[in-house]
Amino acid sequence: MNVDSRKRELVKEFSPMLLKSTKWSKIWIGILVGFVLWGLAAFVIQVVKGHEVTGMRDNVVWGIYIINFIFFVCLSYSGAFISGILHFFKTPWKNSISRIVEIITVVSLIIGPIFILLCIGRLDRLHYLFLYPRIQSPITWDIIAIITDLIGCFIYLYLTFIPDFAILRDNSEDVPEWRRKLYTFLAIGYRDTPTQRNRLHKITRIMSAMIIALAIVAYTVLAWIFSLTLQPGWNSTIFAPYFIVAGLYSGVGVIIIAMYLIRKYFKLDHYIRKVHFIGAGVILLVISLLFGYFTFSEYFSRWFSHKTHDADLLNTLFNKYFWEFIFANYIGVLVPIVILFFKRFRTIKSITFAAVIAVLGLWLNRYLIVVPTLETPYLPIQDTRPEFIHYSATWIEWALSFAGIAAFVLFFILIMRLVPIIPMSGIIDYEREGKGGTYSVTQYQLK
Amino acid sequence: MGLLSGATTVAGATLLANLASEEELQASGEKIRVLTPDGKMVEVDAESINNYPEAHITPAESRKGIPDRKFVMVIDLAKCKNARNCVESCQKAHNLDYNEEFMKVQLIQDHEEAEPYWFPKPCYHCDEPPCVTVCPTGATFKRDDGIVLIDNDRCIGCKFCITSCPYSARQFNWSHKPKFDDTSQPYSPETSIPGTEGTVMKCDFCPDMLRQGKLPYCASSCPMGVIYFGDKNEDMVTNGEETVRFSELINDRGGYRHLEHLGTKPNVYYLPAVNRQFPLERGFDVEEDIIERYKDVPFVQDLKSQGKI
Repeated sequence: MNVDSRKRELVKEFSPMLLKSTKWSKIWIGILVGFVLWGLAAFVIQVVKGHEVTGMRDNVVWGIYIINFIFFVCLSYSGAFISGILHFFKTPWKNSISRIVEIITVVSLIIGPIFILLCIGRLDRLHYLFLYPRIQSPITWDIIAIITDLIGCFIYLYLTFIPDFAILRDNSEDVPEWRRKLYTFLAIGYRDTPTQRNRLHKITRIMSAMIIALAIVAYTVLAWIFSLTLQPGWNSTIFAPYFIVAGLYSGVGVIIIAMYLIRKYFKLDHYIRKVHFIGAGVILLVISLLFGYFTFSEYFSRWFSHKTHDADLLNTLFNKYFWEFIFANYIGVLVPIVILFFKRFRTIKSITFAAVIAVLGLWLNRYLIVVPTLETPYLPIQDTRPEFIHYSATWIEWALSFAGIAAFVLFFILIMRLVPIIPMSGIIDYEREGKGGTYSVTQYQLK
Repeated sequence: MGLLSGATTVAGATLLANLASEEELQASGEKIRVLTPDGKMVEVDAESINNYPEAHITPAESRKGIPDRKFVMVIDLAKCKNARNCVESCQKAHNLDYNEEFMKVQLIQDHEEAEPYWFPKPCYHCDEPPCVTVCPTGATFKRDDGIVLIDNDRCIGCKFCITSCPYSARQFNWSHKPKFDDTSQPYSPETSIPGTEGTVMKCDFCPDMLRQGKLPYCASSCPMGVIYFGDKNEDMVTNGEETVRFSELINDRGGYRHLEHLGTKPNVYYLPAVNRQFPLERGFDVEEDIIERYKDVPFVQDLKSQGKI
């Protein structure tokens, strides 16, 4: 096999994705930018007028900002976790989706912490976290965990990009000058020699194991923010593993949705196949069973032992939040299980539908962890101001939430403009392997 | 007059404590004659007397606490009739708005059979304060004298302390208010004035008053003498009218701490609402929207259906 000509072919195949803008892509980007600008306007209003413009008040001091924060950060951790597992255990069909997972990991880890900043009353004093740090505080642990994880994920993502940067550098005759320079810079002299390749694979493998560990630590610390307090509904020993499972649930869900959209939009049916959806669907099934199990044990033990304050919380959940509870913890778990359990339901569309239900259900599950607990404190809320009794997010909070999602998609598109969403180096490795090459770090059975 | 005698008790205690403290070692040699609360004339060293009780305490100084003190509050639930003087005097002293209450009076019903009782609730200044543990910048801190304060110059407004307090003692400044611009007195965590947007505030046990040997505003303003305040080290508490031994009060009258099982070790004790001095209904002699707060308590619903309130 002539590797160089194959590389050229692949670059030719993928370069429209990198270079060409269609009318629809421009419209989409316009809409997304519009959402981000709307969010920025909301942010300016919040800074000028203070947090009074949000629905948060003295009892519910954490609202959907924190929920989005947990959601995105858990998404990232699960991305790191899944990506690490795919790489570390040399999963057969990983090549087509590994980059999607890696990009989700890094982008959601950039978006997530922005939401916690939105929740902070004095952004101008943010540096106090480093000027006067207190190591006793779980927030300090979380900051350390997130920063470490962010650095680790960036390194990992970059390592997986290097071979593709090198291919793009060597085959970029008809691209703008700045792009070639960028690729040359980012490829840091990678020439795809056997020694270099070997070394890169080794480093990537070590990093993949490390980010699994980092993700577990970071998940745990995030769960501890809640479970180390005394609040009924938060003070739970299973919260750390529960957060890991819940994070994986949303992570696999978002990966399936991203796979579906990318496949459809870029017509990558050849690379992202049904087998990928079925594989991811089966993983989602396993995790939804686990997630349902954790959710059940969490609420069942509270209901069965019915300590006064736990009973008060369940009372809030089953009265004020009845439909949300049904959607988050029944529909959000059972519908994906039913769809994914029966083989004949496993089509690309239905698996994607199950993933959408799972992700929405999980977001709502997070809402039900954060808000009802704060609305049901130990001492009953005795107040006449409705906004102090019941939390409902204002348009400012929703605008910023949607801006976060829009920014997530925008960043995703931006990275897809830099490197192909299907790793070219992975395809080369696979073909080299298929042709009986000497190199055998990755083994592919499918595709 | 009763108030004054109570105040002098604390003042006298301050003086006596100073006599015993290490400061005595650096005596100036100059003696001053003072009158103790029990009417004796004594000579003390001039250095032992705090000449400027109202001096400004900076945020850094406020972290130390008043030496050799362990402040404690005892609230006698049998005497409370929801007069709300504690709430209002506290609001006035801390420049708080109508709905901002460091001291809240709740209506608590322990179980179906029990009659509800009025429950004044300040910050409990816990010995194991969850709020202090979780603060990432040390903006809220526990002092040697037992008081938990907030330095709103240091607070970043993450609200973790609010979510971790099981007693809902903390409040947030959700927006800027004109009163925050009042710089007529410099900010001190001991007075909690002026407030700052985007930071947390709560009951501070009025350390500025304690330094002057006076009672916190809630204790001194209560017409029923519900709130006793004092020093655990001296085993004395006073409500301004009577001064009693803290240990005797707690042991003889079944003193307890709210939600003891949480292990936060509050420094606010309650005496149960037994042999009440007022019927509960007396507490409904307040504004309509205050009554409205208690509408979820079954007892209040009964009263309403009977047309009594």
